[in-house]
Amino acid sequence: MKYTEEHEWLKPEGDVVIVGITQHAADALGELVFVELPDVGTEVEKGEEIVVIESVKAASDITAPLDGEITEVNQAIVDAPTLVNEDPTAAAWFFKMKLKDPSEMDGLMDEDAYKALID
Amino acid sequence: MADLLRTPLYDFHVKNGAKLVPFAGYEMPVQYPLGVMNEHKHCRASAGLFDVSHMGQVLIKPKSGNIEDACLALETLVPMDICALKPGRQRYAFFTNDEGGILDDLMVANRGDHLFLVVNAACKDADIAHMQKHLSETCEISVIEDRALIALQGPDAESVLSSLIPSMADLKFMDVVIVDYDGMELWVSRSGYTGEDGYEISVPADNASQFVTKLADNDLVEPIGLGARDSLRLEGGLCLYGNDIDESTTPVEAALTWAIQKARRADGAREGGFPGSDKILAQFENGAERKRVGLLPEGRAPMRAGTKLFASETSSDEIGEITSGGFGPSVNSPVSMGYVSTEFSDEGTQVFAEVRGKRLPANVSKMPFVAANFKR
Repeated sequence: MKYTEEHEWLKPEGDVVIVGITQHAADALGELVFVELPDVGTEVEKGEEIVVIESVKAASDITAPLDGEITEVNQAIVDAPTLVNEDPTAAAWFFKMKLKDPSEMDGLMDEDAYKALID
Repeated sequence: MADLLRTPLYDFHVKNGAKLVPFAGYEMPVQYPLGVMNEHKHCRASAGLFDVSHMGQVLIKPKSGNIEDACLALETLVPMDICALKPGRQRYAFFTNDEGGILDDLMVANRGDHLFLVVNAACKDADIAHMQKHLSETCEISVIEDRALIALQGPDAESVLSSLIPSMADLKFMDVVIVDYDGMELWVSRSGYTGEDGYEISVPADNASQFVTKLADNDLVEPIGLGARDSLRLEGGLCLYGNDIDESTTPVEAALTWAIQKARRADGAREGGFPGSDKILAQFENGAERKRVGLLPEGRAPMRAGTKLFASETSSDEIGEITSGGFGPSVNSPVSMGYVSTEFSDEGTQVFAEVRGKRLPANVSKMPFVAANFKR
Protein backbone atom coordinates (compact mmCIF):
# COMPACT_ATOMS: atom_id res chain seq x y z
CA MET A 1 0.00 0.00 0.00
CA LYS A 2 1.21 3.51 -0.86
CA TYR A 3 0.02 6.85 0.51
CA THR A 4 -0.28 10.47 -0.58
CA GLU A 5 -0.05 13.66 1.44
CA GLU A 6 -3.75 14.11 0.67
CA HIS A 7 -4.41 11.08 2.91
CA GLU A 8 -5.26 8.68 0.11
CA TRP A 9 -4.09 5.09 -0.07
CA LEU A 10 -3.27 3.25 -3.31
CA LYS A 11 -3.19 -0.49 -3.62
CA PRO A 12 -2.10 -2.23 -6.84
CA GLU A 13 -4.52 -4.86 -8.22
CA GLY A 14 -3.45 -6.38 -11.53
CA ASP A 15 -2.89 -3.51 -13.98
CA VAL A 16 -4.94 -0.96 -12.00
CA VAL A 17 -4.67 0.61 -8.55
CA ILE A 18 -7.46 0.83 -5.99
CA VAL A 19 -7.74 4.24 -4.28
CA GLY A 20 -9.38 5.16 -0.99
CA ILE A 21 -8.87 7.47 1.98
CA THR A 22 -7.03 6.58 5.14
CA GLN A 23 -8.53 5.86 8.54
CA HIS A 24 -6.89 9.05 9.75
CA ALA A 25 -8.69 11.06 7.08
CA ALA A 26 -12.02 9.34 7.69
CA ASP A 27 -11.78 10.05 11.42
CA ALA A 28 -10.89 13.68 10.82
CA LEU A 29 -13.79 14.20 8.40
CA GLY A 30 -16.50 12.85 10.68
CA GLU A 31 -19.46 10.82 9.44
CA LEU A 32 -19.86 11.12 5.68
CA VAL A 33 -23.30 11.99 4.34
CA PHE A 34 -22.62 12.43 0.62
CA VAL A 35 -20.17 11.07 -1.95
CA GLU A 36 -19.95 12.00 -5.64
CA LEU A 37 -17.62 9.88 -7.77
CA PRO A 38 -16.22 10.52 -11.27
CA ASP A 39 -17.54 8.73 -14.34
CA VAL A 40 -15.79 5.56 -15.43
CA GLY A 41 -13.52 6.32 -18.40
CA THR A 42 -12.62 9.82 -17.19
CA GLU A 43 -9.00 10.80 -17.86
CA VAL A 44 -7.66 12.46 -14.72
CA GLU A 45 -4.55 14.45 -13.89
CA LYS A 46 -2.66 14.34 -10.64
CA GLY A 47 -4.07 16.96 -8.26
CA GLU A 48 -7.36 17.34 -10.13
CA GLU A 49 -10.42 17.39 -7.87
CA ILE A 50 -12.37 14.33 -8.93
CA VAL A 51 -14.41 13.27 -5.89
CA VAL A 52 -16.68 15.37 -3.69
CA ILE A 53 -17.37 14.21 -0.18
CA GLU A 54 -19.48 15.87 2.45
CA SER A 55 -19.41 15.01 6.11
CA VAL A 56 -21.70 16.16 8.90
CA LYS A 57 -19.24 19.04 9.21
CA ALA A 58 -18.23 20.24 5.76
CA ALA A 59 -17.61 19.53 2.10
CA SER A 60 -14.18 18.47 0.84
CA ASP A 61 -12.57 17.28 -2.36
CA ILE A 62 -10.47 14.28 -3.12
CA THR A 63 -7.88 14.73 -5.83
CA ALA A 64 -6.48 12.29 -8.35
CA PRO A 65 -3.33 10.83 -6.75
CA LEU A 66 -1.57 10.37 -10.12
CA ASP A 67 -2.33 10.72 -13.83
CA GLY A 68 -4.50 8.01 -15.33
CA GLU A 69 -7.97 6.81 -16.28
CA ILE A 70 -10.85 5.86 -13.96
CA THR A 71 -11.79 2.23 -14.63
CA GLU A 72 -14.29 1.52 -11.85
CA VAL A 73 -16.07 3.38 -9.02
CA ASN A 74 -17.55 2.06 -5.78
CA GLN A 75 -21.30 2.67 -5.86
CA ALA A 76 -21.59 1.19 -2.32
CA ILE A 77 -20.16 4.36 -0.76
CA VAL A 78 -22.52 6.56 -2.78
CA ASP A 79 -25.46 4.54 -1.47
CA ALA A 80 -24.13 4.42 2.11
CA PRO A 81 -21.53 7.15 2.71
CA THR A 82 -20.93 6.13 6.34
CA LEU A 83 -19.31 2.94 5.02
CA VAL A 84 -16.26 5.19 4.52
CA ASN A 85 -16.11 5.80 8.28
CA GLU A 86 -16.61 2.14 9.08
CA ASP A 87 -14.14 0.51 6.68
CA PRO A 88 -12.12 3.14 4.80
CA THR A 89 -9.20 0.92 3.86
CA ALA A 90 -11.10 -2.05 2.41
CA ALA A 91 -14.85 -2.14 1.61
CA ALA A 92 -15.08 1.65 1.24
CA TRP A 93 -12.55 2.10 -1.58
CA PHE A 94 -13.44 5.06 -3.83
CA PHE A 95 -12.30 4.23 -7.36
CA LYS A 96 -9.91 2.14 -9.43
CA MET A 97 -7.66 3.73 -11.99
CA LYS A 98 -5.21 2.67 -14.68
CA LEU A 99 -2.05 4.72 -14.19
CA LYS A 100 -0.51 6.52 -17.13
CA ASP A 101 2.92 5.74 -15.73
CA PRO A 102 2.82 2.93 -13.14
CA SER A 103 6.37 3.75 -12.07
CA GLU A 104 5.06 6.94 -10.45
CA MET A 105 3.78 4.73 -7.61
CA ASP A 106 7.41 4.52 -6.46
CA GLY A 107 7.41 8.23 -5.65
CA LEU A 108 4.59 7.89 -3.10
CA MET A 109 4.98 7.35 0.62
CA ASP A 110 5.16 3.92 2.19
CA GLU A 111 3.31 3.13 5.39
CA ASP A 112 6.13 4.23 7.70
CA ALA A 113 6.50 7.56 5.93
CA TYR A 114 2.72 8.14 6.08
CA LYS A 115 2.61 7.30 9.77
CA ALA A 116 5.39 9.79 10.38
CA LEU A 117 3.36 12.42 8.48
CA ILE A 118 0.24 12.07 10.60
CA ASP A 119 1.95 11.73 13.98
CA MET B 1 -6.54 28.15 22.91
CA ALA B 2 -5.04 30.37 25.57
CA ASP B 3 -7.51 33.24 25.40
CA LEU B 4 -10.63 31.11 25.37
CA LEU B 5 -12.99 30.95 28.31
CA ARG B 6 -14.05 27.65 29.82
CA THR B 7 -17.46 26.80 31.19
CA PRO B 8 -17.88 25.20 34.64
CA LEU B 9 -18.35 21.90 32.78
CA TYR B 10 -14.98 21.94 31.01
CA ASP B 11 -13.64 19.02 33.08
CA PHE B 12 -16.82 17.04 32.38
CA HIS B 13 -16.28 17.49 28.63
CA VAL B 14 -12.65 16.41 28.82
CA LYS B 15 -13.52 13.39 30.95
CA ASN B 16 -16.16 12.37 28.41
CA GLY B 17 -13.72 12.55 25.50
CA ALA B 18 -15.14 15.68 23.88
CA LYS B 19 -13.46 17.29 20.92
CA LEU B 20 -13.23 20.94 21.97
CA VAL B 21 -13.37 23.87 19.56
CA PRO B 22 -13.44 27.65 19.94
CA PHE B 23 -17.01 28.94 19.83
CA ALA B 24 -18.16 32.47 20.74
CA GLY B 25 -15.01 32.94 22.81
CA TYR B 26 -15.39 29.66 24.70
CA GLU B 27 -13.79 26.28 24.43
CA MET B 28 -16.85 24.16 23.68
CA PRO B 29 -17.49 20.49 22.85
CA VAL B 30 -18.31 20.08 19.16
CA GLN B 31 -18.76 16.33 19.56
CA TYR B 32 -18.10 13.42 21.89
CA PRO B 33 -16.85 9.96 20.88
CA LEU B 34 -20.41 8.94 19.88
CA GLY B 35 -20.13 11.33 16.90
CA VAL B 36 -22.42 14.01 15.51
CA MET B 37 -24.80 11.68 13.68
CA ASN B 38 -25.37 9.28 16.57
CA GLU B 39 -25.56 12.08 19.13
CA HIS B 40 -28.30 13.65 17.03
CA LYS B 41 -30.22 10.38 16.73
CA HIS B 42 -29.80 9.63 20.42
CA CYS B 43 -31.27 12.97 21.40
CA ARG B 44 -34.37 12.36 19.24
CA ALA B 45 -34.75 8.81 20.57
CA SER B 46 -33.90 9.23 24.25
CA ALA B 47 -32.18 12.07 26.12
CA GLY B 48 -29.29 14.38 25.28
CA LEU B 49 -27.36 16.63 27.64
CA PHE B 50 -25.94 19.94 26.37
CA ASP B 51 -23.66 22.49 27.99
CA VAL B 52 -24.96 25.91 27.00
CA SER B 53 -23.19 27.82 29.76
CA HIS B 54 -21.64 30.15 27.20
CA MET B 55 -25.05 31.77 26.78
CA GLY B 56 -25.84 34.92 28.73
CA GLN B 57 -28.12 34.82 31.78
CA VAL B 58 -29.48 38.20 32.80
CA LEU B 59 -31.92 39.47 35.43
CA ILE B 60 -34.04 42.59 34.96
CA LYS B 61 -35.37 43.92 38.25
CA PRO B 62 -37.79 46.86 38.38
CA LYS B 63 -36.52 49.62 40.65
CA SER B 64 -40.14 50.31 41.67
CA GLY B 65 -40.61 46.72 42.80
CA ASN B 66 -43.51 46.45 40.36
CA ILE B 67 -42.84 43.81 37.67
CA GLU B 68 -45.03 45.66 35.22
CA ASP B 69 -42.45 48.43 35.09
CA ALA B 70 -39.81 45.92 34.01
CA CYS B 71 -42.19 44.44 31.43
CA LEU B 72 -43.03 47.85 30.00
CA ALA B 73 -39.34 48.80 29.93
CA LEU B 74 -38.34 45.62 28.07
CA GLU B 75 -41.21 46.16 25.63
CA THR B 76 -39.40 49.28 24.41
CA LEU B 77 -36.67 46.96 23.05
CA VAL B 78 -38.66 43.91 21.88
CA PRO B 79 -41.90 43.59 19.87
CA MET B 80 -43.35 41.02 22.30
CA ASP B 81 -46.25 41.28 24.73
CA ILE B 82 -44.13 40.98 27.86
CA CYS B 83 -46.86 42.42 30.09
CA ALA B 84 -49.10 39.43 29.32
CA LEU B 85 -46.43 36.96 30.35
CA LYS B 86 -47.70 35.36 33.56
CA PRO B 87 -45.44 34.55 36.51
CA GLY B 88 -43.78 31.19 35.89
CA ARG B 89 -44.00 31.52 32.10
CA GLN B 90 -41.40 32.13 29.40
CA ARG B 91 -41.57 33.26 25.79
CA TYR B 92 -39.36 33.65 22.74
CA ALA B 93 -38.34 37.23 21.96
CA PHE B 94 -35.87 39.29 19.96
CA PHE B 95 -34.26 42.70 20.24
CA THR B 96 -34.89 44.81 17.13
CA ASN B 97 -32.92 47.74 15.74
CA ASP B 98 -34.20 51.00 14.23
CA GLU B 99 -34.20 49.46 10.75
CA GLY B 100 -36.40 46.60 11.91
CA GLY B 101 -33.52 44.12 11.90
CA ILE B 102 -32.86 41.62 14.67
CA LEU B 103 -30.05 42.33 17.17
CA ASP B 104 -30.40 38.99 18.96
CA ASP B 105 -33.03 36.42 19.83
CA LEU B 106 -33.63 35.39 23.40
CA MET B 107 -35.90 33.82 26.00
CA VAL B 108 -37.71 35.97 28.56
CA ALA B 109 -39.25 34.53 31.72
CA ASN B 110 -41.48 36.21 34.28
CA ARG B 111 -40.28 35.11 37.70
CA GLY B 112 -42.80 36.96 39.80
CA ASP B 113 -40.97 40.11 40.81
CA HIS B 114 -38.38 40.24 38.01
CA LEU B 115 -37.58 39.01 34.49
CA PHE B 116 -34.97 36.38 33.61
CA LEU B 117 -33.42 36.46 30.15
CA VAL B 118 -31.23 33.99 28.27
CA VAL B 119 -29.35 35.52 25.33
CA ASN B 120 -26.90 34.23 22.72
CA ALA B 121 -23.24 33.88 23.67
CA ALA B 122 -21.88 35.86 20.75
CA CYS B 123 -24.30 38.75 21.39
CA LYS B 124 -24.36 38.84 25.17
CA ASP B 125 -21.95 41.75 25.72
CA ALA B 126 -23.80 43.89 23.18
CA ASP B 127 -27.19 42.86 24.58
CA ILE B 128 -26.20 43.76 28.11
CA ALA B 129 -24.84 47.14 27.02
CA HIS B 130 -28.04 47.71 25.03
CA MET B 131 -30.23 46.95 28.05
CA GLN B 132 -28.08 48.99 30.42
CA LYS B 133 -28.27 51.93 28.06
CA HIS B 134 -32.01 51.84 27.57
CA LEU B 135 -33.48 50.27 30.71
CA SER B 136 -31.28 51.52 33.56
CA GLU B 137 -33.59 54.37 34.47
CA THR B 138 -36.31 52.02 35.64
CA CYS B 139 -34.55 48.69 36.01
CA GLU B 140 -31.49 47.08 37.48
CA ILE B 141 -29.73 44.84 34.95
CA SER B 142 -27.61 42.10 36.48
CA VAL B 143 -25.55 39.59 34.61
CA ILE B 144 -25.35 36.13 36.14
CA GLU B 145 -21.70 35.04 36.08
CA ASP B 146 -21.78 32.26 38.67
CA ARG B 147 -24.15 29.82 37.03
CA ALA B 148 -23.83 27.14 34.39
CA LEU B 149 -26.65 26.51 31.93
CA ILE B 150 -27.44 23.07 30.62
CA ALA B 151 -30.14 21.59 28.44
CA LEU B 152 -31.63 18.13 28.76
CA GLN B 153 -33.54 17.31 25.59
CA GLY B 154 -35.41 14.41 24.09
CA PRO B 155 -38.39 12.14 24.74
CA ASP B 156 -36.75 10.68 27.87
CA ALA B 157 -35.79 14.08 29.33
CA GLU B 158 -38.87 14.09 31.55
CA SER B 159 -38.25 10.67 33.05
CA VAL B 160 -34.56 11.44 33.60
CA LEU B 161 -35.10 14.77 35.35
CA SER B 162 -38.18 13.67 37.30
CA SER B 163 -36.28 10.65 38.62
CA LEU B 164 -34.25 13.24 40.55
CA ILE B 165 -36.98 15.88 41.01
CA PRO B 166 -40.49 14.37 40.64
CA SER B 167 -42.26 17.74 40.26
CA MET B 168 -40.44 18.38 36.97
CA ALA B 169 -42.92 16.08 35.21
CA ASP B 170 -45.68 18.62 35.95
CA LEU B 171 -44.05 21.48 34.01
CA LYS B 172 -45.61 22.31 30.66
CA PHE B 173 -43.82 23.73 27.60
CA MET B 174 -42.44 27.20 28.45
CA ASP B 175 -43.14 26.92 32.20
CA VAL B 176 -40.31 28.16 34.43
CA VAL B 177 -39.68 27.35 38.08
CA ILE B 178 -37.04 27.74 40.78
CA VAL B 179 -36.52 24.48 42.62
CA ASP B 180 -34.17 23.25 45.34
CA TYR B 181 -32.41 19.99 44.72
CA ASP B 182 -29.83 18.54 47.07
CA GLY B 183 -28.89 21.98 48.38
CA MET B 184 -28.66 23.56 44.91
CA GLU B 185 -31.02 26.20 43.62
CA LEU B 186 -31.99 25.21 40.08
CA TRP B 187 -33.72 27.51 37.61
CA VAL B 188 -35.64 25.20 35.30
CA SER B 189 -37.64 25.90 32.17
CA ARG B 190 -39.41 23.38 29.97
CA SER B 191 -37.95 24.47 26.66
CA GLY B 192 -35.03 23.92 24.35
CA TYR B 193 -33.47 24.24 20.93
CA THR B 194 -33.92 20.82 19.38
CA GLY B 195 -37.62 20.53 18.53
CA GLU B 196 -37.89 17.92 21.28
CA ASP B 197 -39.45 18.08 24.71
CA GLY B 198 -36.93 18.92 27.38
CA TYR B 199 -35.57 21.33 29.93
CA GLU B 200 -33.05 24.12 30.24
CA ILE B 201 -31.54 24.27 33.68
CA SER B 202 -29.45 27.00 35.28
CA VAL B 203 -27.33 25.54 38.05
CA PRO B 204 -24.80 27.21 40.40
CA ALA B 205 -21.35 26.93 38.81
CA ASP B 206 -19.91 25.25 41.91
CA ASN B 207 -22.49 22.45 41.69
CA ALA B 208 -22.61 22.16 37.92
CA SER B 209 -20.34 19.18 37.38
CA GLN B 210 -21.90 17.33 40.31
CA PHE B 211 -25.42 17.85 38.95
CA VAL B 212 -24.49 17.09 35.35
CA THR B 213 -22.65 13.93 36.37
CA LYS B 214 -25.80 12.81 38.16
CA LEU B 215 -27.84 13.32 35.00
CA ALA B 216 -25.20 11.71 32.80
CA ASP B 217 -25.06 8.67 35.09
CA ASN B 218 -28.54 7.79 33.85
CA ASP B 219 -28.13 5.23 31.04
CA LEU B 220 -30.68 7.11 28.93
CA VAL B 221 -28.47 10.20 28.76
CA GLU B 222 -25.64 10.96 26.33
CA PRO B 223 -23.72 14.24 26.22
CA ILE B 224 -24.32 16.09 22.95
CA GLY B 225 -21.93 18.56 21.28
CA LEU B 226 -22.46 21.68 19.19
CA GLY B 227 -22.38 19.68 15.94
CA ALA B 228 -25.55 17.76 16.74
CA ARG B 229 -27.06 20.81 18.44
CA ASP B 230 -26.89 22.51 15.06
CA SER B 231 -28.43 19.66 13.06
CA LEU B 232 -31.15 19.19 15.69
CA ARG B 233 -32.18 22.83 15.64
CA LEU B 234 -32.02 22.92 11.84
CA GLU B 235 -34.39 19.95 11.54
CA GLY B 236 -36.53 21.73 14.13
CA GLY B 237 -36.73 24.76 11.81
CA LEU B 238 -35.21 26.97 14.53
CA CYS B 239 -33.15 30.01 13.60
CA LEU B 240 -29.47 30.33 14.43
CA TYR B 241 -28.66 33.95 15.17
CA GLY B 242 -25.90 35.16 12.85
CA ASN B 243 -26.92 32.67 10.14
CA ASP B 244 -30.68 32.75 9.64
CA ILE B 245 -31.43 36.03 11.36
CA ASP B 246 -29.28 39.08 11.95
CA GLU B 247 -29.35 42.88 11.90
CA SER B 248 -30.32 42.87 8.21
CA THR B 249 -33.32 40.51 8.51
CA THR B 250 -36.68 41.68 9.82
CA PRO B 251 -39.07 39.46 11.80
CA VAL B 252 -41.53 39.47 8.87
CA GLU B 253 -38.81 38.39 6.42
CA ALA B 254 -37.66 35.78 8.91
CA ALA B 255 -41.18 34.32 9.21
CA LEU B 256 -41.16 35.05 12.93
CA THR B 257 -44.42 37.03 13.00
CA TRP B 258 -45.92 34.35 15.27
CA ALA B 259 -43.60 35.66 18.00
CA ILE B 260 -45.10 39.17 17.84
CA GLN B 261 -48.32 39.15 19.82
CA LYS B 262 -51.45 41.12 18.91
CA ALA B 263 -50.94 43.75 21.62
CA ARG B 264 -47.85 45.06 19.82
CA ARG B 265 -49.23 44.95 16.27
CA ALA B 266 -51.33 47.58 14.49
CA ASP B 267 -54.46 48.36 16.51
CA GLY B 268 -53.09 46.42 19.48
CA ALA B 269 -53.30 47.70 23.06
CA ARG B 270 -49.63 48.77 22.98
CA GLU B 271 -49.07 49.06 19.24
CA GLY B 272 -45.48 49.62 18.15
CA GLY B 273 -43.13 51.36 20.54
CA PHE B 274 -40.14 49.10 19.81
CA PRO B 275 -37.12 49.89 17.62
CA GLY B 276 -37.98 49.62 13.92
CA SER B 277 -41.70 49.29 14.65
CA ASP B 278 -42.69 51.50 11.69
CA LYS B 279 -40.90 49.27 9.22
CA ILE B 280 -41.96 46.01 10.88
CA LEU B 281 -45.63 46.98 11.19
CA ALA B 282 -45.63 48.18 7.58
CA GLN B 283 -44.29 44.78 6.52
CA PHE B 284 -47.08 43.10 8.49
CA GLU B 285 -49.48 45.13 6.37
CA ASN B 286 -47.79 44.93 2.97
CA GLY B 287 -45.59 41.85 3.22
CA ALA B 288 -41.84 41.72 2.72
CA GLU B 289 -39.86 41.18 -0.44
CA ARG B 290 -38.21 38.03 0.81
CA LYS B 291 -39.05 35.30 3.23
CA ARG B 292 -37.26 32.64 5.24
CA VAL B 293 -38.34 29.17 4.10
CA GLY B 294 -37.38 25.54 4.55
CA LEU B 295 -35.77 23.83 1.57
CA LEU B 296 -35.54 20.12 0.84
CA PRO B 297 -32.88 19.28 -1.76
CA GLU B 298 -34.14 16.70 -4.24
CA GLY B 299 -30.79 14.89 -4.34
CA ARG B 300 -28.40 13.77 -1.64
CA ALA B 301 -25.94 16.68 -1.81
CA PRO B 302 -26.21 18.98 1.23
CA MET B 303 -26.81 22.65 0.40
CA ARG B 304 -24.97 24.69 2.99
CA ALA B 305 -25.01 28.29 4.21
CA GLY B 306 -24.00 30.75 1.49
CA THR B 307 -25.33 28.65 -1.40
CA LYS B 308 -27.04 30.90 -3.96
CA LEU B 309 -30.56 30.15 -5.18
CA PHE B 310 -31.98 30.63 -8.67
CA ALA B 311 -35.42 30.35 -10.28
CA SER B 312 -34.33 27.81 -12.88
CA GLU B 313 -31.41 25.70 -14.09
CA THR B 314 -30.32 28.46 -16.44
CA SER B 315 -31.63 31.76 -15.02
CA SER B 316 -28.94 34.27 -14.04
CA ASP B 317 -31.24 36.06 -11.60
CA GLU B 318 -30.46 35.20 -8.01
CA ILE B 319 -33.66 34.73 -6.00
CA GLY B 320 -32.14 34.02 -2.63
CA GLU B 321 -29.53 32.31 -0.52
CA ILE B 322 -29.30 29.42 1.91
CA THR B 323 -28.50 30.52 5.46
CA SER B 324 -28.27 27.12 7.17
CA GLY B 325 -27.99 23.69 5.65
CA GLY B 326 -26.57 20.26 6.09
CA PHE B 327 -27.55 16.67 6.51
CA GLY B 328 -30.56 15.95 8.71
CA PRO B 329 -29.87 12.61 10.42
CA SER B 330 -33.51 12.11 11.51
CA VAL B 331 -34.97 13.16 8.16
CA ASN B 332 -32.20 11.04 6.58
CA SER B 333 -31.68 13.57 3.82
CA PRO B 334 -30.15 16.99 3.40
CA VAL B 335 -32.18 19.90 4.82
CA SER B 336 -31.70 23.65 4.49
CA MET B 337 -33.30 26.95 5.28
CA GLY B 338 -32.78 30.27 3.63
CA TYR B 339 -34.32 33.37 2.14
CA VAL B 340 -36.13 33.52 -1.20
CA SER B 341 -38.00 36.30 -2.99
CA THR B 342 -41.55 36.11 -1.68
CA GLU B 343 -42.94 34.97 -5.04
CA PHE B 344 -40.92 31.76 -4.65
CA SER B 345 -41.85 31.14 -1.00
CA ASP B 346 -44.95 28.95 -1.47
CA GLU B 347 -44.61 25.40 -0.23
CA GLY B 348 -43.68 23.05 -3.07
CA THR B 349 -42.03 25.70 -5.25
CA GLN B 350 -38.97 24.28 -7.00
CA VAL B 351 -35.84 26.40 -6.89
CA PHE B 352 -32.25 25.67 -7.96
CA ALA B 353 -29.21 25.89 -5.74
CA GLU B 354 -25.77 26.39 -7.22
CA VAL B 355 -23.55 23.75 -5.63
CA ARG B 356 -19.98 23.48 -6.97
CA GLY B 357 -21.02 25.13 -10.21
CA LYS B 358 -24.03 22.87 -10.79
CA ARG B 359 -27.66 23.86 -10.45
CA LEU B 360 -29.39 21.32 -8.22
CA PRO B 361 -33.15 21.32 -7.52
CA ALA B 362 -34.68 21.86 -4.07
CA ASN B 363 -38.27 22.34 -3.01
CA VAL B 364 -39.67 24.91 -0.60
CA SER B 365 -40.88 22.93 2.39
CA LYS B 366 -42.77 23.62 5.57
CA MET B 367 -40.78 23.63 8.79
CA PRO B 368 -40.05 21.99 11.15
CA PHE B 369 -38.66 19.13 9.08
CA VAL B 370 -39.43 16.76 11.97
CA ALA B 371 -42.62 16.94 14.06
CA ALA B 372 -42.15 19.06 17.18
CA ASN B 373 -42.49 17.03 20.32
CA PHE B 374 -43.34 19.60 22.98
CA LYS B 375 -45.38 18.89 26.10
CA ARG B 376 -48.01 21.62 25.93
